[in-house]
Amino acid sequence: MGQIQLKQVTKSFGDVEVIPPLDLTIEDGEFTVFVGPSGCGKSTLLRLIAGLEDISTGAIEIDGKDATSVVPARRGLAMVFQSYALYPHMSVRKNIAFPLRMAKLSQAEIDKRVEGAASVLNLSDYLDRRPGQLSGGQRQRVAIGRAIVREPAAFLFDEPLSNLDAALRVGMRLEISELHERLRTTMIYVTHDQVEAMTMADKIVVLQAGVIEQVGSPLELYRSPRNLFVAGFIGSPKMNFVTGAEAAKHDATTIGIRPEHIDVVESGGEWSGTVGVAEHLGSDTFFHIHNTGLAETLTVRAIGDVSLRHGDEIHLSPRRDEIHRFDADGLRIA
Amino acid sequence: MARAITPRRKILTTAAAWTIALIIFFPIYWTILTSFKTEAQAINDPPLFFAFDWTLENYAVVQERSDYMRFLWNSVFIAGGSTLLGILVAVPAAWSMAFVPSRRTKDILLWMLSTKMLPAVGVLYPISLLFVEFNLLDTRGGLILVLMLINLPIIVWMLYTYFKEIPGEILEAARMDGARLREEILYVLTPMAVPGIASTVLLNFILAWNEAFWTLNLTAANSAPLTAFIASYSSPEGLFFAKLSAASTMAIAPILILGWFSQKQLVRGLTFGAVK
Repeated sequence: MGQIQLKQVTKSFGDVEVIPPLDLTIEDGEFTVFVGPSGCGKSTLLRLIAGLEDISTGAIEIDGKDATSVVPARRGLAMVFQSYALYPHMSVRKNIAFPLRMAKLSQAEIDKRVEGAASVLNLSDYLDRRPGQLSGGQRQRVAIGRAIVREPAAFLFDEPLSNLDAALRVGMRLEISELHERLRTTMIYVTHDQVEAMTMADKIVVLQAGVIEQVGSPLELYRSPRNLFVAGFIGSPKMNFVTGAEAAKHDATTIGIRPEHIDVVESGGEWSGTVGVAEHLGSDTFFHIHNTGLAETLTVRAIGDVSLRHGDEIHLSPRRDEIHRFDADGLRIA
Repeated sequence: MARAITPRRKILTTAAAWTIALIIFFPIYWTILTSFKTEAQAINDPPLFFAFDWTLENYAVVQERSDYMRFLWNSVFIAGGSTLLGILVAVPAAWSMAFVPSRRTKDILLWMLSTKMLPAVGVLYPISLLFVEFNLLDTRGGLILVLMLINLPIIVWMLYTYFKEIPGEILEAARMDGARLREEILYVLTPMAVPGIASTVLLNFILAWNEAFWTLNLTAANSAPLTAFIASYSSPEGLFFAKLSAASTMAIAPILILGWFSQKQLVRGLTFGAVK
């Protein structure tokens, strides 16, 4: 079991309020991702749940029990840190066994669980090495092993993949997702990378300046962002925003359209401009279009390798039913 | 661009380094040399460097007149005890300053250091009175306490700089893994800080070994360490230079040997944090 509830939680450092009153429920077994730009308070929020920081006011409940003033060691949560935070003076075996030793389990039980975790994480051959002798990916696996052996109520991940190179990151992302499928334990995952958020989450919590901008499934956020911030943050490349007369045509202050929802047409089309930079990925091509008279640049995604060059004229046709409308306050118009 | 090292430059630097080292080492060398001379040769003018009759007589006389082993044992006991006690007090203190600092932590650290600037003689009277009151005069326990207190600022400072180098996330990980404060310090912090703690122990052992103000003023016969042993040969009358040198050599030999074998650790200890 691992339901976590935050009730009117606030956090201030001195006079600076980093988290204004905030309510959030994380259901048992859910994979929740906190996402937002750096400094948005997502790591602070995770540390409040972990108990590594004390909340200023409000309450935290874990499985319906008040945990507000419970020390981290007694909250039954496990955490994986960005820096891995392995114990450098202990072997991999001792690192993974440490939480079990603290829980005063019998040696036989400890050995059994450590072997089990090591085989799940492909660490069996490395049990007698020190963390310093492992690669980044292996260290991350040890950190995860140390978290899973004690069968916590929930796992907390604090940007666990940001120290890995791109290829390894994709691999570890899959491994963590698979781990969640297998264990079905509550996981809270902090990242600034919206791709990680979209691919892993059951539920995404978008944060900005300590405030929750929107909570929802990845596709809910993609399809109906509640405001301009979420619209711009979720999706890659970023959504195009157009204001002025073109927006007024749709009875909105701002309209948003994703690069993948603008079609490149031979001639005609509602918008036109000249091609700036073209990014060829093979499967897709991203064009940055200038001189449209709308926004500074528009980004358009074309499927496949389209042979338009720098300076060519391009005709565009946005899909009408994919246009997002926002009012003067930046809120979505239904 | 790397600085060019010409052979001439190398020779000059090496010569300068040796000269300085020899100047620093000379008093120790002279003490050891004098300890093998007769009393007459010891005050010969011009000083004798090699051409004298080597003798072990001084050592025999010193050992006969005073029991070296008893002083040695007192020194080991007092230096070791005060260092150990200091570490026990300083580890938790440095932990809290390094990992849960308050707004006043820097001030407290500086204040602690400032106590080292007070001339020891300034508090001789109150401390002597306290020693009389609590029957601590001429006891090893009393000396351990005083030496621990006077070296505590240095121990805390050294440990503090070592602990600062340890990432706080590792201690947080221990907390998440269910470690209570005692376990966090015992199983995670201390083993990681072993090199730092070792050089702190060494340095403070040497400081306590050489301490000569309190050890001379607060001891008589029972708990006198090697500093008192040397002092007993410093006399305004008579010819005692050779015997004084022999006593000094015997007193500094153990710490000199210890320092020789642990110099790597000591240098690391003194430059840690400054050079990474």
